[in-house]
Amino acid sequence: MSDDLVLEMRNIRKEFPGVVANDGVSFDVRRGEVHALLGENGAGKSTLMNILYGLYRPDGGEIRLAGKSVSFSSAREAIQSGIGMVHQHFMLVPVMTVAENVVLGSEPRSGVLLDERVAEKRVADMAKTFRFAVDPGARIEDITVGQQQRVEIMKALYRNADILILDEPTAVLTPQEASDLFEILRTLQREGLSIIFISHKLNEVLEIADRITVLRRGKTIETVPSEGATEASLARAMVGREVLLRVDKEPAQPTDVLLEVRDLHVRDDRGIEKVRGVSFDVRAGEIVGIAGVDGNGQTELIDALAGLQKIESGTVEIAGHALTHASARAALDAGIGHIPEDRQRRGLVLEFSIAENIALHDYAKPPDAKWGWLFPKRMVQRARTLIREFDVRGGGPFTRAGGLSGGNQQKLVAAREIARDPSVLIAAQPTRGLDVGAIEYLHRRLVAERDEGRAILLVSLELEEILSLSDRILVIYEGRIVGEHTGDITEEEIGLEMLGGRETAAA
Amino acid sequence: MTDPGPSPSPEQAAAAGTLAARIALKQRAGGILVPVVTVVFALVMSGIVLAATQHSVHTALVAFQEIFDGAGLNWIFHPTTNLIDISAYNLSQTLLQTTTLILTGLSVAFAFRCGMFNIGGQGQYFVGLVVANWLGVDFAGMNPFAHILLCIVAGTLAAAAWAGIAGVLKATVGAHEVISTIMLNWIAFWVASWLFGAGGPLQNSTQPTVPVSNQVSSSARLPDFWGAQGFQGVHVGLFIALAAVVVFWVLLNRTTLGYEVRAVGFNPDAAAYGGINVKKNLVRAMAISGAFAGLAGALDMLGGTTNYQFGQLDIPFSQVGFIGIAVALLGRNTALGTLFGALLFGSLLYGSFHGLGSSAVIQPELAGNLTYIIQGLIVLFIGADVLILYVWNSRKKLRRPPANPAQPAKATAA
Repeated sequence: MSDDLVLEMRNIRKEFPGVVANDGVSFDVRRGEVHALLGENGAGKSTLMNILYGLYRPDGGEIRLAGKSVSFSSAREAIQSGIGMVHQHFMLVPVMTVAENVVLGSEPRSGVLLDERVAEKRVADMAKTFRFAVDPGARIEDITVGQQQRVEIMKALYRNADILILDEPTAVLTPQEASDLFEILRTLQREGLSIIFISHKLNEVLEIADRITVLRRGKTIETVPSEGATEASLARAMVGREVLLRVDKEPAQPTDVLLEVRDLHVRDDRGIEKVRGVSFDVRAGEIVGIAGVDGNGQTELIDALAGLQKIESGTVEIAGHALTHASARAALDAGIGHIPEDRQRRGLVLEFSIAENIALHDYAKPPDAKWGWLFPKRMVQRARTLIREFDVRGGGPFTRAGGLSGGNQQKLVAAREIARDPSVLIAAQPTRGLDVGAIEYLHRRLVAERDEGRAILLVSLELEEILSLSDRILVIYEGRIVGEHTGDITEEEIGLEMLGGRETAAA
Repeated sequence: MTDPGPSPSPEQAAAAGTLAARIALKQRAGGILVPVVTVVFALVMSGIVLAATQHSVHTALVAFQEIFDGAGLNWIFHPTTNLIDISAYNLSQTLLQTTTLILTGLSVAFAFRCGMFNIGGQGQYFVGLVVANWLGVDFAGMNPFAHILLCIVAGTLAAAAWAGIAGVLKATVGAHEVISTIMLNWIAFWVASWLFGAGGPLQNSTQPTVPVSNQVSSSARLPDFWGAQGFQGVHVGLFIALAAVVVFWVLLNRTTLGYEVRAVGFNPDAAAYGGINVKKNLVRAMAISGAFAGLAGALDMLGGTTNYQFGQLDIPFSQVGFIGIAVALLGRNTALGTLFGALLFGSLLYGSFHGLGSSAVIQPELAGNLTYIIQGLIVLFIGADVLILYVWNSRKKLRRPPANPAQPAKATAA
């Protein structure tokens, strides 16, 4: 092996019950390079990096640091060996200053007390050397997300990291902050640091990386220099040419427009505009799929339609009735059914029984209730019917929803939403984390509901799911619809659009 | 606990084979088991402390005997309705204490069920107390039924509004209810001390130098159902408190309001998604929580002390709002559990103060402190019980991610 390899991971294998997360993955990093790790959700990127960072122990394979075989049993050991990691979710103490956060855990002391002056000076020196533009005396809660990220990087540098792992670093940043980050990374690179850059954004990877390793389903597909690679070639390697699990369905017979969205603008909780002028229709009897990489405005779009997020401007109509500034209650009553993307956080009250969960939208209406009085027996009766109809297994009406398996929880949510006879059904990530059987059931059910004449809006991060279910596909990128497709289209073409590829190509 | 309908169902029996169902059944059993174990543990630890400080196991056992007798629980061995009998009298005082604790316990429990920690029961209790005294003095000579009703309803509503302030602050600006209810406690306390203090608008009319209120007029006094000439009897407030236990259960389990409260308490995100107005529920649940505490205050004023003496209330009475927290925690925030928790704490409070205080075997100067130690240990072990459950639950949460590695919590994507 050549001398400039600071890290080699050879034939790393990691199994979890029922899944091989890493299957003989090999990966190496040269001194002073930015090496991008590219792959789909679940491709094994995070597992590989967690192994490197000492959070997981590999079942097989070898890790060599500067030629020496190592084995970490904790993150502490990895840090001591010069590995630093910046997680997607920062681990900073908001009420403490930048300097205090950076030195936390290995503080300079005078006696038993923190020597604040020395701490601030060291951090200030570091900020100057690497041009971080962060005030060491500022409190974390007062600085921007981009600056917080720099504090995380400084934490790693303060502990003498020479390999820095960045997990989806641009996911939380604005474009300007992202380009500032790239400047910093280049400075670090010149200082001799090696950087592992985890991402799924092709344009970024091509911009910053020297080499790129693509993972797919736990395996290394290829390692290529970024010179010569294109977005199209990377997308192909990421997605692969697997046969699609097509769902049997007749061609759609769309009729009336049931959901009409016009020039919708929505901000997220941080005040960032995530949906920037989206317009589309969904007709009765069709499934419209929204394809896109996570974080491009899908969540905010769905929440706005369901009355869970404030609409900045634009209009929403359900079957001709305006629903623009409706509450969640009004959206439900207007005929929106909503299978939410996070069934455990939002779709279910896990401590409630199945019967109570089925009543979640209509607990205050007959037959479940009258004049504010509940009729639990009727709730149980209805639950019993739906459990049978939707084949929810693992318990009866009195079973806690939290005790069901993921697939059955999702069936429970679907049962509730479909049983309300909605005119528009929003299905967000309907099969996330489910096994093949449950996926198949939900897919068939969605097609059946389409054929019943509902308008179905499918939002998914799984491109295969979008392609196999949708009659029409909209591609969302940075809060805008950047493509619409009805006929045959390949994953590569859509994948490129999802990554903003067409914009780049057009420029 | 949250199931509609009767809990032993055919489904449960049928599902008992699955692991999930077995865990659920265990938790259900643990629902009764854990509090009982907690109390037994606390009593054993108290016994060890007693034995160690007294250098005698025998003294420790005698002390427990005296707490038991002091609470009047020995009454069951020779029941009598005559309050001149010491055990009957002690029992009547324990019941009075229990009446208050049932209501302050329900107050804390209700807020907990909506996911909030109402630590302001004490202040809400004061508000009920003060309003009942004011109206009880001012409308002297009214029809007794109407007068009592007026005082109780007004005291309850005033306390509901008082607690509602904390609810509004939480719903609108996100002020944490623990902070705001504690602050409201002190505001209530100092407003009361101004009202009843020297020169205050509600100070008594006969002794201008004494910071005491007027006595509640006889038309507003709660009748005793168990009393005797010259004794403080047990007033009908006990039945009102027992009715409140039923109201609490029905409200939570048989009304849409209770459904909303429980949904918000368990998972506000899911509640909002279900179409429930979360903010409205926070305010409403806080107000209802305050109502229970205010009712306790009103009943104590109309049936017990009948006047307000600044700084002169019995120590157990002046802490009832806080002891309500322990009662609710021990009772797992359920109606029946709170009732039993109140009985336990009522007996312990009165029994230990009274029993140990007049003890022949324990030095009087030690007795008071031992009482605090025993109460403290029980609260400590209740805390540990919650801690154990917390650790148990978070251990389960920690185990979840590796079981599903293909779908990490943070969704990176295509």
